[in-house]
Amino acid sequence: MPGKLKVKIVAGRHLPVMDRASDLTDAFVEVKFGNTTFKTDVYLKSLNPQWNSEWFKFEVDDEDLQDEPLQITVLDHDTYSANDAIGKVYIDIDPLLYSEAATVISGWFPIYDTIHGIRGEINVVVKVDLFNDLNRFRQSSCGVKFFCTTSIPKCYRAVIIHGFVEELVVNEDPEYQWIDRIRTPRASNEARQRLISLMSGELQRKIGLKVLEMRGNAVVGYLQCFDLEGESGLVVRAIGTACTLDKLSSPAAFLPACNSPSKEMKEIPFNEDPNPNTHSSGPSTPLKNQTYSFSPSKSYSRQSSSSDTDLSLTPKTGMGSGSAGKEGGPFKALLRQQTQSALEQREFPFFTLTAFPPGFLVHVGGVVSARSVKLLDRIHNPAFVGIMGNTRSYKLLDWNSFNSDEPETRDAWWAEIRQEIKSHAKALGCHAVVGYSESTSICEEVCILSASGTAAVLNPRFLQDGTVEGCLEQRLEENLPAGCGFCHIPYDELNMPFPAHLTYCNNCRKQKVPDVLFTTIDLPVDATVIGKGCLIQARLCRLKKKAQAEANATAISNLLPFMEYEVHTQLMNKLKLKAMNALFGLRIQITVGENMLMGLASATGVYLAALPTPGGIQIAGKTPNDGSYEQHISHMQKKINDTIAKNKELYEINPPEISEEIIGSPIPEPRQRSRLLRSQSESSDEVTELDLSHGKKDAFVLEIDDTDAMEDVHSLLTDVPPPSGFYSCNTEIMPGINNWTSEIQMFTSVRVIRLSSLNLTNQALNKNFNDLCENLLKSLYFKLRSMIPCCLCHVNFTVSLPEDELIQVTVTAVAITFDKNQALQTTKTHAEKLLQRASTDNEELLQFPLELCSDSLPSHPFPPAKEHLESASSNSGIPAAQRAVTVEKASPMGEGNFRNRSAPPCANSTVGVVKMTPLSFIPGAKITKYLGIINMFFIRETTSLREEGGVSGFLHAFIAEVFAMVRAHVAALGGNAVVSYIMKQCVFMENPNKNQAQCLINVSGDAVVFVRESELEVVSTPQPAASCQPSCTGGEVTT
Amino acid sequence: MTSELDIFVGNTTLIDEDVYRLWLDGYSVSDAVALRVRSGILEQTGATAAVLQSDTMDHYRTFHMLERLLHAPPKLLHQLIFQIPPSRQALLIERYYAFDEAFVREVLGKKLSKGTKKDLDDISTKTGITLKSCRRQFDNFKRVFKVVEEMRGSLVDNIQQHFLLSDRLARDYAAIVFFANNRFETGKKKLQYLSFGDFAFCAELMIQNWTLGAVDSQVDDMDMDLDKEFLQDLKELKVLVADKDLLDLHKSLVCTALRGKLGVFSEMEANFKNLSRGLVNVAAKLTHNKDVRDLFVDLVEKFVEPCRSDHWPLNDVRLFLNQYSASVHSLDGFRPRYRHLDQGSGSPGPLRLEFR
Repeated sequence: MPGKLKVKIVAGRHLPVMDRASDLTDAFVEVKFGNTTFKTDVYLKSLNPQWNSEWFKFEVDDEDLQDEPLQITVLDHDTYSANDAIGKVYIDIDPLLYSEAATVISGWFPIYDTIHGIRGEINVVVKVDLFNDLNRFRQSSCGVKFFCTTSIPKCYRAVIIHGFVEELVVNEDPEYQWIDRIRTPRASNEARQRLISLMSGELQRKIGLKVLEMRGNAVVGYLQCFDLEGESGLVVRAIGTACTLDKLSSPAAFLPACNSPSKEMKEIPFNEDPNPNTHSSGPSTPLKNQTYSFSPSKSYSRQSSSSDTDLSLTPKTGMGSGSAGKEGGPFKALLRQQTQSALEQREFPFFTLTAFPPGFLVHVGGVVSARSVKLLDRIHNPAFVGIMGNTRSYKLLDWNSFNSDEPETRDAWWAEIRQEIKSHAKALGCHAVVGYSESTSICEEVCILSASGTAAVLNPRFLQDGTVEGCLEQRLEENLPAGCGFCHIPYDELNMPFPAHLTYCNNCRKQKVPDVLFTTIDLPVDATVIGKGCLIQARLCRLKKKAQAEANATAISNLLPFMEYEVHTQLMNKLKLKAMNALFGLRIQITVGENMLMGLASATGVYLAALPTPGGIQIAGKTPNDGSYEQHISHMQKKINDTIAKNKELYEINPPEISEEIIGSPIPEPRQRSRLLRSQSESSDEVTELDLSHGKKDAFVLEIDDTDAMEDVHSLLTDVPPPSGFYSCNTEIMPGINNWTSEIQMFTSVRVIRLSSLNLTNQALNKNFNDLCENLLKSLYFKLRSMIPCCLCHVNFTVSLPEDELIQVTVTAVAITFDKNQALQTTKTHAEKLLQRASTDNEELLQFPLELCSDSLPSHPFPPAKEHLESASSNSGIPAAQRAVTVEKASPMGEGNFRNRSAPPCANSTVGVVKMTPLSFIPGAKITKYLGIINMFFIRETTSLREEGGVSGFLHAFIAEVFAMVRAHVAALGGNAVVSYIMKQCVFMENPNKNQAQCLINVSGDAVVFVRESELEVVSTPQPAASCQPSCTGGEVTT
Repeated sequence: MTSELDIFVGNTTLIDEDVYRLWLDGYSVSDAVALRVRSGILEQTGATAAVLQSDTMDHYRTFHMLERLLHAPPKLLHQLIFQIPPSRQALLIERYYAFDEAFVREVLGKKLSKGTKKDLDDISTKTGITLKSCRRQFDNFKRVFKVVEEMRGSLVDNIQQHFLLSDRLARDYAAIVFFANNRFETGKKKLQYLSFGDFAFCAELMIQNWTLGAVDSQVDDMDMDLDKEFLQDLKELKVLVADKDLLDLHKSLVCTALRGKLGVFSEMEANFKNLSRGLVNVAAKLTHNKDVRDLFVDLVEKFVEPCRSDHWPLNDVRLFLNQYSASVHSLDGFRPRYRHLDQGSGSPGPLRLEFR
């Protein structure tokens, strides 16, 4: 019983009128946690009741604290009949369980009813007192921090990145239980909301346990999803990357040092402070480190296998070296071997991160993906039917433990897919997969499971305890030129996994690079990019016959390879048309419906300086004898060439001219006719290996042999570029724009179209779908025109097929303004800066291991030279040991300042502004504190659709309400923003004939406190003085 | 391909001022789209009509959802559903409560009842303001009236506090409420030349000087109802015209003071008796509700029109009225009692304006 939860109900406001006679309400509140319920007094006849209750105390164990939500129900007292529920508030108390997150939840929460929406607000204060050592209780995992952010959170430093964690929980869906036939829609919705809340709590706890087992303390890139499998149940699954994070004790977070010319978001806090001491948690490693780090480089390979027993035990160590290329030299081979061995220990060397600490990503192989079509079957479990009404009696069943003897379990399905991904990565000469994600698409009893990621070779420094690898890798990095290293091929040139075209890197001229690179990750910070990037989408529909069960699954399986192929061709063509050579943030979504399959791929195209200039697109006709036809072809060709030229101008792509001799191109053919490089290893399902390399045909010769192909070419040319002043991308930041101003606008837009059912052809479908997406984008540009110049970042499209003839597209993105004038000036210096930074980074990194060796006393962690560097870079000169003090002093001040700040603007209103963004940062501001994960699930239903403004009115109001509830929770935690916000699900169903509609929305993000940079200056100037004092006088005491 | 559903929701609620105006003016979505097209927005932005249609629909939906909150503006400030910057909130409220001059002249002084609401079609046809907009304006008047009707304290302050309006708009609403409460007739043909501003000016002075609030600031309805006692006292002014000596004395005092100062002195001297009788009669009748309602009609008939027929310049009217009321104080028996008269029964305001 290690925890005491305390809740106080303060007041309500704007309550709905529940008593028509008096136009007032007699409200009281039920507070429920687990099996315990408390009630407040009835506050008679008021729409703004002041309960000011006592503290309700719940004594619970921490397992429950993690699983259960706090449930607050507001009711209207009725003497003669049953009390009417006004609405509920669910509060996830998880953020109160970490030591550094929020300490109290206090604020106004919207009172939510699944039928009526938000009905007034309630002011609640929640606190938790934890007893005992939390981690002794292995059933709970209190203290493990969760982040949705897919990079190392801004005020932390990654000590070790442990790797992949996953878990799934299965239960029956209350919506499909027999009891649902007799209970009200409200009761059913509430049962569902509560169940999912409970399941995600449990899931998070279980993942936390796995993290603790791995000796980590946090999960980064946590992605939790629901599969509504209908009759066969409800699956909640999550993946993430386990890490050991250190709270960044650099005063850079507060000192004006961050006002250096380089903008905030490009600043990577941890590269300023690569203190090796914190890396090592194993006691023996520092010693070894000392001995070996001075030995000549030749002996490295022997060393690596002998120095670390864990590694040498792995049998497959040799595997990587076999495929290592010659030109990579011993370093490459060694690195591979080592990384591999580090990763081999893990079942799945996957990372959900999309952005990495510098030096982490060594090479990128390309996109790997796997899909599998499965038939869902009912969960046979009579024992659990009918107990849903009882509160704590629902037992959550782990599918595994429950159906352990059945092979076809969800877990096994995913394991299969992951295994495939792993083997694909291996084929690309990579040992790890980064930017990894999983998704499903369900229609009736067919389910497509998809997983994708980017095969990569990683630097082992962050992956293990011990610093031997660290030293080694420093040497290696010396050889890797900045800004292009990750482009170099990880696979063996002579033994390529797929036909590809290699050239020498345009940047360093030493290593080979592919001519096109596809990845699922964000653009690495140090990558050298020419011009700006842009959003590139491939859209595709395929009709499918309606079928049952197995026949259906087979039909889908057969269609998938063709869809993948076409999606890739489209992407490739569009990329060429934009005169770009790399895709980042690639996300391919295949959605299954009753009678069709939809494919939507989004990515951000860029021109990487290291990769060769892309060739153009040539059109060839099949019937060369026809004169007018020839003319037509040449006309098309001209149009295409014009478009390419225009795009080059639009995206400012003007790479320096490089004469062919310097490149020493090994390519025999003329460039223009360069062949499609397939950097993907795709497979539609377990059986079919699909070769996307177009066989022997030249990919960039588009053959117009029939009208279909004509339309394809046309559709290529119909993609309209965004209006001037607008840019868009689906990655975190737009390559080539670096001077963001502080205005941001996050939005969600949903469109549903009904297809005219008559004689649908693939072409007509494609056109409809294409128009839908294009029109949606156009609308966004129009709506946000007041923000010009601005960029739509993290544009996230989701397609679903809710019914036969309905296509639903949901877009969430953030528009960020930037300073146009400054942009022109800084583009040049930006690249230089990057180069500089990269070189200093290298220097810095190089220096310290050597220094550490000469001066390895653990009690003296800061070698003088290092300090020098630091003081030079941060202007502070305060050693980090003292900085710890500074931050502790500084953070309350920073917060205090924030509160002061937020007070004046809302002098006349009580509502503070909460920003929301799908990005991991807030432009022009510093995130000073992470308050915990926000993971909310809502259901809204109506039986008066017309009265609520039809489907649009209904969904508009609901999404606005969801935003409001997210903001209220963040504000109650003491935060002023949500970063890495994502709407993971928006399932909308309507029945206009019955005047009904229902919608389920699942959102998540990280609640944070941020401080504006402009205010930081004000705060921080007096701060060093204030905080220096104690650190100078009492420095020894505090350290 | 038809769009079943099409929405855009921003974390910060997007407000397009132009669309808001169209919405307030009561245009339907299709009319609003047509008007926007005519404004040349498509050429400026390169958007299509479909985009404009979708954008307009979105804004209309947002406004529709906001309307409920705008009915009680403090709710807009405290609600959590729409995140709107304070300056935008103020704009939304101010514009929502703004009204058309043409409309307010039609309903000023009318009872804000269902009956009047039924006549809105006619007003709409007459003024060219859409029925929807007429309804919104009428409902605004009625809502403000209902809320402040039985409140203590200053009328303007109450309106400002409960509807968060600017000072200027709150004063206008105070006038509207005051007129509606006292049902002053303003629609007669004779009064058509007067603007809302003229009446608002009168209302402000009357609130300051003629209401209960002028005597005691702690009464309900203080700024809405006229002070009955005061109106009763006004009856005693009859002596000014009934008593021949007093009338002559008054006349001579005024004439002595104004000799050489008025361009229309002879006309004034000749008409003094009539004018004085007219003014005093209007004042003395005010104990009857019916006559209170006709206050402005009577003033125009009994005083403004005679003056106008003699072509009095505005300044002369002002001088005359000031002197007319000032001289009363020199008359025996008036000094201590007629405090109110001193403050306002001379009505310099209304009359000044009625001459514009």
